[in-house]
Amino acid sequence: MEWETVIGLEIHAQLNTKSKIFSGASTQFGAKPNSQACAVDLGLPGVLPVVNKEAVSKAVRFGLAVDAHINQINVFDRKNYFYPDLPKGYQISQLELPIVGEGKIDIMVNGESKTIGVTRAHLEEDAGKSIHDLYDDYTAVDLNRAGTPLLEIVSEPDMRSAEEAVAYAKKIHSLVQYIDICDGNMQEGSFRCDANVSIRPLGQKEFGTRTELKNINSFKFLEKAINLELERQQDLLEDGGRVIQETRLYDADKNETRSMRSKEEANDYKYFPDPDLLPVEVTNELLEQIKQELPELPHEKKARYVESLGLSDYDADVITSSKAIADYYERMIANNSNAKLCANWVMGELSGALNKEQLDISNSPISPEEMSLLVERISDNTISGKIAKDVFKALWNQEGGVDQVIESKGLKQITDTGEIEKIIEEVISNNSAQVDQYRSGNEKILGFFVGQIMKATNGKANPKQVNDILRKKLA
Amino acid sequence: MEFHELTLKELQKGLSNKEFSSVELTSHFIKRVQNSELNAFITITDDLALVQAKKADSIIASGKMNDLTGIPYAHKDIFCTLGVKTSAGSKILDPFISPYDATVSEKLNDSNAVMLGKANMDELAMGSGNENSFYGPVKNPWNISKVPGGSSGGSAAAVAAKLTPFSTGTDTGGSIRQPASLCGITGLKPTYGRVSRYGMIAYASSLDQAGPMTQTAEDAAIVLKTIAGFDERDSTSADKTVPDYEKSLNNSLEGLKIGIPKEYFSEGLDDGVKQKILDAIKEFESLGATVKEVSLPHAKFAIPAYYIIAPCECSSNLSRLDGVRYGYRCESPKDLSDLYIRSRSEGFGDEVKRRIMIGSFALSAGYYDAYYLKALKSRRLISNDFQEVFKEVDVIMGPVSPTIAWDIGSKKDPVSNYLSDIYTLSVNLAGLPAMSIPAGISDNMPVGLHIIGNYWTEERLLNIAHQFQIQTDWHKKSPKGID
Repeated sequence: MEWETVIGLEIHAQLNTKSKIFSGASTQFGAKPNSQACAVDLGLPGVLPVVNKEAVSKAVRFGLAVDAHINQINVFDRKNYFYPDLPKGYQISQLELPIVGEGKIDIMVNGESKTIGVTRAHLEEDAGKSIHDLYDDYTAVDLNRAGTPLLEIVSEPDMRSAEEAVAYAKKIHSLVQYIDICDGNMQEGSFRCDANVSIRPLGQKEFGTRTELKNINSFKFLEKAINLELERQQDLLEDGGRVIQETRLYDADKNETRSMRSKEEANDYKYFPDPDLLPVEVTNELLEQIKQELPELPHEKKARYVESLGLSDYDADVITSSKAIADYYERMIANNSNAKLCANWVMGELSGALNKEQLDISNSPISPEEMSLLVERISDNTISGKIAKDVFKALWNQEGGVDQVIESKGLKQITDTGEIEKIIEEVISNNSAQVDQYRSGNEKILGFFVGQIMKATNGKANPKQVNDILRKKLA
Repeated sequence: MEFHELTLKELQKGLSNKEFSSVELTSHFIKRVQNSELNAFITITDDLALVQAKKADSIIASGKMNDLTGIPYAHKDIFCTLGVKTSAGSKILDPFISPYDATVSEKLNDSNAVMLGKANMDELAMGSGNENSFYGPVKNPWNISKVPGGSSGGSAAAVAAKLTPFSTGTDTGGSIRQPASLCGITGLKPTYGRVSRYGMIAYASSLDQAGPMTQTAEDAAIVLKTIAGFDERDSTSADKTVPDYEKSLNNSLEGLKIGIPKEYFSEGLDDGVKQKILDAIKEFESLGATVKEVSLPHAKFAIPAYYIIAPCECSSNLSRLDGVRYGYRCESPKDLSDLYIRSRSEGFGDEVKRRIMIGSFALSAGYYDAYYLKALKSRRLISNDFQEVFKEVDVIMGPVSPTIAWDIGSKKDPVSNYLSDIYTLSVNLAGLPAMSIPAGISDNMPVGLHIIGNYWTEERLLNIAHQFQIQTDWHKKSPKGID
């Protein structure tokens, strides 16, 4: 039987506010345990939450970026359950009236564009951390993270493959950084994905029973976990079994998912509106202000690159896929009119080198200004594209600036026609057999001559000039 | 005249005129507190009080006196007090020394009032008789075999027995007004949002409100002025200017329109109480007020709505008392669930457990609409009733409690306790301000008159109460043996 995959994602993006969502304590990552938990975060008797306006603004910014309906009156609810890293015995979240309603975002998979629905996004507070392996007989609790603002972004079950799910997750990941609401750091848990996965016979309308995959902290694991789960579900169904609605934990070390709790064991969270907080009002003025402050969004940037810089759809998509790449690129083209060549170099040499050393573009050893100059030296015929690759290597190894490297290594292109002619004549006279072949109609042999000439000049001869002169001399 | 025979206002004058010092005053009240057998205090902070009194004296000497500078008071044990045990009458918080001050505590400290100690109360503010305290029942100074009312029973008994010039109280369903009524003192529950709830251990967040408990309305005006006001740490506190409540105390009551809800005088109301209330209302007529019968048709929903909403909120509010970070923890728990279950089972008393159970049930999936949502709808209807009535009249008057104080231990059935809150609950559900003032003696026990106003009319309520107290001397009656 042919199966169809159905995936929906729940993404928790930690909002990069300075203080927590309901208290004034700092949200800085990595501080000494419990040093950033104030009376409110500790859930002392009598303390009360006060909504961080910055968190509200950031949530609205997200809503606007995914073209969503903003609920101008939205309500915080209490989600009640007991756990030691949940100090109040309830998490303040939003159930019935989330701040962000229905929206959408476009993804690109295999060159095809697809729209994924965003069901909603709501504000909530993070819990603390339970550390089970610090003491033999005790669990340690660190409440520094308790009360950190989260935006939970829920998608429609619109994705049909792990690939699409990853593309969507990456798109949201990039977007939240573009609009500066989340640092996107997956290692520190600032951006976390849960996947709801089910399969159904192709053509069937009803959804199959879904499982929820948790504990996924990279895009690679997201893809692996979903594919593992798809296989597991397919095996189950094809063997006549049935999928149980449950939460499954992804174990990256063992590369497996395992059951955490079934729906039957699921908590009754006894949600109700938090009486300590008034409904949040997003006024028209605030909404307008946030709209004005919204930076250029990735899809807008992409359109601009295609329309006014003449990049291809694909190139524009790659360059705008992350804010860091786009920022780098923008700095490159600030003083460089060859936008297309700049794009080629970012996507080619630079991204290859970065990948090889697993570096983020923001940590590139070559500044965008230097890269821009390198491209400029190709454009103004100082060096050839091929030589430029050597210059790039030297730049990467911190051997100096572009012009300095070209100068010290003597890489400047030979553009003196007389000099090139001299070398060409030498090559022609040393290879009379090949000259005959060319003259009897073998055009392909031209490459041989170019190769010889380049060898003789250490690749520094201007290829276009070489070609032109060579054809003349051989004619 | 001894210090305890003076009102707060008189003490304020004496301190200001340097007729006596705060240390003298404080020492006098500490002695009375220590010799009292009413069990009105959970913690007596005598050392701290003397330190505060000395500081107050130096401030008075420097001429920078505030309204409450040097005045001793009893602080309900529901308010967090830095470095002082804050138990809220519960075993589960018996070991809790608060690391911070509630906003109300802070305001009292800032005005250099002198805290004599923490007043006894029903556990976590749940009760009408102060019989639910982990620290034992408080006795009514008018008759020590009777309850003082609750939950601010210690606060009320302490004022009635003149152990303190004033007390703080909190009122979720009548917890200031009912003990004030049963102990023959003046109690004011302000409009919801008037006084900050920050640092007040929450029972039912949407209903809780702090207020003064005093001998006179004039004294209540002075205390309210100090503790009221917007607090950015409490999102439900109102950003409204606090008026000088003393200013209009002497306004005339000529033309005051009083509404008497017929629903407050129906079955269940004790005849003796009813008579005193009707007499008091007559007194207002002689002061120039007109009286009119009004109707609050949804009043009958107050008890069921309250006993859904308050338990729902408390079931969640009390979840933080889990034995993990502070407070009582059971002996050698064998795992996490054992720690939770035993700490809470051993730490909470029966009434608290009952309300947690009711609330947890009502909020459960499948029951939420039938109980919680329905209760919220009733709450709106109750609120609308009041607004309709306030189109016709300025204030509503009636009894605070259907009976005088009952014998300690006589009410075994929790529901009969709940029924005693019948006149007070709807005021909290609507968020209105209301007072209880002494209005007579029935069967040798005091009876309180309920005065309910529209939102933010504390100033008018205090004015009305003060005019009544100029005309009558019920508020000056003291229990036998206490003078």
